[in-house]
Amino acid sequence: MTSSLRGKTAIVGMGTAGVGEAPGFSAMELLGLSVRAALDDAGMELSDIDAVFAATSSHAFASMSVVEYLGLKPKYFDSTNIGGSSFEMHLLQATLALEAGLCDVALICYGSNQRTAGGRLVSMSEPQWHETPYHPRHPITAYALATSRHMHEYGTRREDLADVAVAARGWANLNPGAFARGPLTREDVLSRRMVSDPLTAGDCCLVTDGAAACILVRADRAKDFPKPPVYFLGAAGANWHRSIQAMPDLTVTAASESGPRAFEMAEVSHGDVDLVMVYDAFTINTILFLEDLGFCPKGEGGRFVRDGRIAPGGELAVNTNGGGLSCVHPGMYGMFLIAEGVAQIRREAGERQLDRADIALLHGNGGTLSSQVTAFLGSEAAL
Amino acid sequence: MTKSAPTAGKTGPQQTFEAYLAEGRFMIQRSRATGEHVFYPKVMAPSGAADLEWVEAKGTGTVYAITVNRKREGSYNVALVDLDEGVRMMTTISGAESVAIGTRVKARIETGETPRVVFEPMNETAPRAANEEAHA
Repeated sequence: MTSSLRGKTAIVGMGTAGVGEAPGFSAMELLGLSVRAALDDAGMELSDIDAVFAATSSHAFASMSVVEYLGLKPKYFDSTNIGGSSFEMHLLQATLALEAGLCDVALICYGSNQRTAGGRLVSMSEPQWHETPYHPRHPITAYALATSRHMHEYGTRREDLADVAVAARGWANLNPGAFARGPLTREDVLSRRMVSDPLTAGDCCLVTDGAAACILVRADRAKDFPKPPVYFLGAAGANWHRSIQAMPDLTVTAASESGPRAFEMAEVSHGDVDLVMVYDAFTINTILFLEDLGFCPKGEGGRFVRDGRIAPGGELAVNTNGGGLSCVHPGMYGMFLIAEGVAQIRREAGERQLDRADIALLHGNGGTLSSQVTAFLGSEAAL
Repeated sequence: MTKSAPTAGKTGPQQTFEAYLAEGRFMIQRSRATGEHVFYPKVMAPSGAADLEWVEAKGTGTVYAITVNRKREGSYNVALVDLDEGVRMMTTISGAESVAIGTRVKARIETGETPRVVFEPMNETAPRAANEEAHA
């Protein structure tokens, strides 16, 4: 069945601000700067925006705060906050609202200054009463538990985890906008300080500042703007738990459900996918999501990522910006999956530009492997 | 006419669980009709059954996953244990820095300001963890 949403909207403006370190700026100021950059990219005026989709790690009512700060009076707004995958869900929600005629120009945005504000991951995530007595460190304890189980069941090795970080750094070294650049070896990652067994500091994403915004319109207007449209092809979410205690099987995420549904909506098969952007908060994420999204069988993720297979020049282009591990991770990274998808599809990715970049898979993750949202973007050729 | 669930004179499952713990009892819920156990304590089982009664936990289980949080002020492990009743809980394995996944463990209530259920390794190895059988 052909989806009624495939190709119905397109991103016509994309902007970022403060990627890496932006001392002296608040989260909302960075967000505002990224919106201005997205408007300039689209050749639009602020007053053109009539729908706002926002989630941040520091605003309880994000769309409300954004509306006020930007001085907008949107006809439609949504602050769905499901952690780092919020923005992939916003792509779907914005498409629904645009297609229903509830609005004409949708803004999706995020901003954070958490590196310069304190250098620690900021989270509004409330403690879970049944976990609190054991003092888990949010969120790394949950990801470390999942890693321990994957290693136990499938023989995944710490070296495989390290290879994920090394591949991400390889891509970051081709991206002048990436925060962490320079040589990185498997041994470097393995010898970093152990934080939560078996994860070292080298298995953890960065804590950076950063903001990003994109602007969507219905496809019938998509060619009225300066940049090549990046079309929405499909998206689907799946959510099975909140706290890691309640995750049914720590080696199988809800991406195994969101992925197939998104592939179906986008009418895409694995061989069509030019770029895979997965939310790599920790090295285990990349392994889990490549399995759950069907790029390799369950349990084979560790072997799949070995020896540069997802690094520049490898068999599958994964996280070509350098990912949350080496490019940018300002608390909720999902907006930056979109930014890289747009950059590659528009062929604006410079030295890291893929030869073919017509279809990009974006996979957002929120909470503790909790909310999973898979989305597809495509070029005009992909329609 | 809408249906209203009575709460007057009752205590919710979270407070009830914590009150049992303060008395030194490790209690979990079970549905009278379906026999399914529930943890953490809730007003409804995953099946939708709301006829939950409190039963003493056997107190035995198997380590499903484990990590050691390493901090400057000291390290401690955080584990997920599958109780023999078929439910999972977050806990810590006391008396060891870490243990292997699959280790059989037995519960003990640690008293203090906030009483909690911790586990200790048993001198027994499980032929196969219950959850692994379920996934086989």
